[in-house]
Amino acid sequence: MLCTRAKIAGWSALLLLMTATLSAQNKNPYAGNPKMAIAGASQFRINCAFCHGLGAHGGGRGPDLTSAHKRHGNSDAELFQTINLGIPGTAMPPNGTTGQGVGMTDEEIWEVITYLRSVEVKTSGPPPGNAAHGKELFFGDANCSGCHMVEGKGGRFGPDLTGVGGARAPEYIADSVRNPSRRLAKGLFEATKEFPQEYESVTVTTADGKEIKGVALNEDHFSVQLMDASEHIYMFEKDKLRSFEKNRMSLMPVYDTSLLSDKDLQDIVAFLAGLGEKQ
Amino acid sequence: MRELRLRRVHLVLVILASFSLSANGAAQVTFERIVNSSKEPQNWLTYSGNYAGHRFSPLDQVNTENAHSLVAKWVYQTAAGGKFETTPLVVDGILYGTGPDNRVFALDARTGRPIWLYQRQLPGDIRPCCGRVNRGVAILGDKVFLGTLDSHVMALDAKTGNVIWDVTSVDYKLGYSFTLAPLAVKNLIILGVSGGEYGIRGFVDAYDADTGERKWRFYTVPGPGEPGHESWEGDSWKIGGAPAWITGTYEPASNLLFWPTGNPSPSNRGAGRAGDNLYSNTLLALDADTGKLKWYSQFTGHDEHDWDATQIPVMIDQGDKSLIAQANRNGFFYVLDRKTGKILSADPFGKVTWAKGKDVQGRPLAVKEAQPTPEGRMVCPGAAGTTNWESPTFDSQTGLFYVTTREQCDIFSTAPQPYEAGHGFYGSAYFPADDTEPYWGALRAIDPASGKIKWEFQHPSPSWSGVLSTAGHLVFTGDAEGNFIALDAASGKALWHFQTGGAVYAAPMAYAVDGKEYVAIAAGESLYTFGLP
Repeated sequence: MLCTRAKIAGWSALLLLMTATLSAQNKNPYAGNPKMAIAGASQFRINCAFCHGLGAHGGGRGPDLTSAHKRHGNSDAELFQTINLGIPGTAMPPNGTTGQGVGMTDEEIWEVITYLRSVEVKTSGPPPGNAAHGKELFFGDANCSGCHMVEGKGGRFGPDLTGVGGARAPEYIADSVRNPSRRLAKGLFEATKEFPQEYESVTVTTADGKEIKGVALNEDHFSVQLMDASEHIYMFEKDKLRSFEKNRMSLMPVYDTSLLSDKDLQDIVAFLAGLGEKQ
Repeated sequence: MRELRLRRVHLVLVILASFSLSANGAAQVTFERIVNSSKEPQNWLTYSGNYAGHRFSPLDQVNTENAHSLVAKWVYQTAAGGKFETTPLVVDGILYGTGPDNRVFALDARTGRPIWLYQRQLPGDIRPCCGRVNRGVAILGDKVFLGTLDSHVMALDAKTGNVIWDVTSVDYKLGYSFTLAPLAVKNLIILGVSGGEYGIRGFVDAYDADTGERKWRFYTVPGPGEPGHESWEGDSWKIGGAPAWITGTYEPASNLLFWPTGNPSPSNRGAGRAGDNLYSNTLLALDADTGKLKWYSQFTGHDEHDWDATQIPVMIDQGDKSLIAQANRNGFFYVLDRKTGKILSADPFGKVTWAKGKDVQGRPLAVKEAQPTPEGRMVCPGAAGTTNWESPTFDSQTGLFYVTTREQCDIFSTAPQPYEAGHGFYGSAYFPADDTEPYWGALRAIDPASGKIKWEFQHPSPSWSGVLSTAGHLVFTGDAEGNFIALDAASGKALWHFQTGGAVYAAPMAYAVDGKEYVAIAAGESLYTFGLP
């Protein structure tokens, strides 16, 4: 009897503790506190800016975090979980004290979230532009879908853009259309590797003299895996090739104003920016 | 060819002689055995293979002629996430390694089958800056020694893994931790502390191997009244950093420990800590019995770029010259007089923009244009340095020093931050420039006599792998893409590689059992061994 009561007491204490922990990770204790936002800015700069850029505007590896529209959710609880536990299959490591990332305490994570709220861009509606027309262009005249997939439809040569609206600001997307080589998109991310593969252009000449041009899916010192514009996957051992060259000029055409007017670009960006919100 | 064959006969004799020891159970690992480690090439008795820090194996069964036929012998899976940084030790057929979260394992070095496993129950609030990592154990007598992430020092029974003693070095809640493999010298277990990102006051400690009693502590930031204290502004010394998180080397003849230290805190922000900030980014020569400072040589004074000097100091003897060489994170390859600590040469071994010219002590001088600002400035090398903590190797046969390097430039900025006990205290932030060149890496072979690079083997992205050289005229290294690679030590030509499936954050080592040579590397979450078919 005693034993049972002690057990029940024990379980209740554990439950209480679990509830306390859970609620501690659901609600931001510092919400709206400008002092904590400043502390969070410093934490962000130190721990997050390497990937997410100064001011949370996005960096080479990490998405823009100033948008309220986030691929992995934007509630306090979702943000806490993302920072604390990371996102499997992406470059985002678990950053809580028990993880392998930067090792932030719960308090520090909440400071960062408070900071992110303070820089969140408050938009009163969708970005300017006609998203419906943008969609038509994307799958039609502008032929974006020749290379890019959105929600399961389109080509495979370029990155899938389903999540791009939750990861990149509209200005970034527009710049990537006008200047595709400025920042190459990141491709494959391997769990233990420090840097992801980028959409580099590769040209090889095989032993029998055939030239193949494509985008690198992956590469190491000894081998390369690439896809050509007709979506064929090629895999080569470099020492069996007659030549191997790679460069950082994107294989995506430069969509200047002669190919795509500013208005049409705005429509396409409006379409893409509306994609990728957590359902 | 003849020379090679003779060496092999000699090797077989050595292995047979020592095998009789292992047949009777592992013999005690004495200090003398570690001093004379080259006489038992089948074993790997200390982190860098010998006290001189060479990471060179006298084994030559695997060599340039047969390396192409290497095959996997066994794989041990830790099932632990995070970076797997261990260099295992091997004593008479038993392999001792460590994994993330202070796991320790003893394996049958012939088969990979565990003999015992230990994992420390760590508190939930430890604060290791850069992963819950560990780089290995020390062995002495019948015990293996571990430094823990919660700043304890432990002795485990080498036959069972039972805890023999467990002492607290310092309060982990203030940001201290141990990640390095301890060094066993005489009857002392020596280790340096991590925590340069938490405003600690760094130190090197020595513990009695039998009892765990602390015999001495050398603070890497001098206190009031001690020489060097004047190199700190106001009270900045109290949180001055200068951790000592890589295993030092030891010279039996002089009884000196050569121990390198890391960045002053906060790392990129010099405001508030005017002065040279001794002994940050310094090579210390300490008396092994007392911890007393014999000489020091600081590589980067008043550092604002996190130029940790936590790279293995490697002893090199050239004729009658006693030298010590270090490929430093700041991008310079240093050669020092081992007797005095005087810098004899400092040559860049990667792209360097932070320094120009040298001061009277031979130290590269920082340029104003590279000083971090709130907006940030582009500096080469980047956030991780030209090299970092990954072990180099010195091969006396080629006379070359081999080290993993990275070509990466980053924007360095200051991020003013108040000190709060136990919390991150960086004062800095790094990020890649929008138009930055892609990062890449290379294994480089440096001639210590000239500082010139003899050859390089390029990696598509920077590697964190250490390097091993062997009497088989081979150099082994790994890469971020998961390859483990054997190269010709003379030319840098790749002779063999194996895809492990996980990035390498560790250094290779070699050992032999039953007259068969094995080469081991930790990659991904597993320890791999290779040998001839």
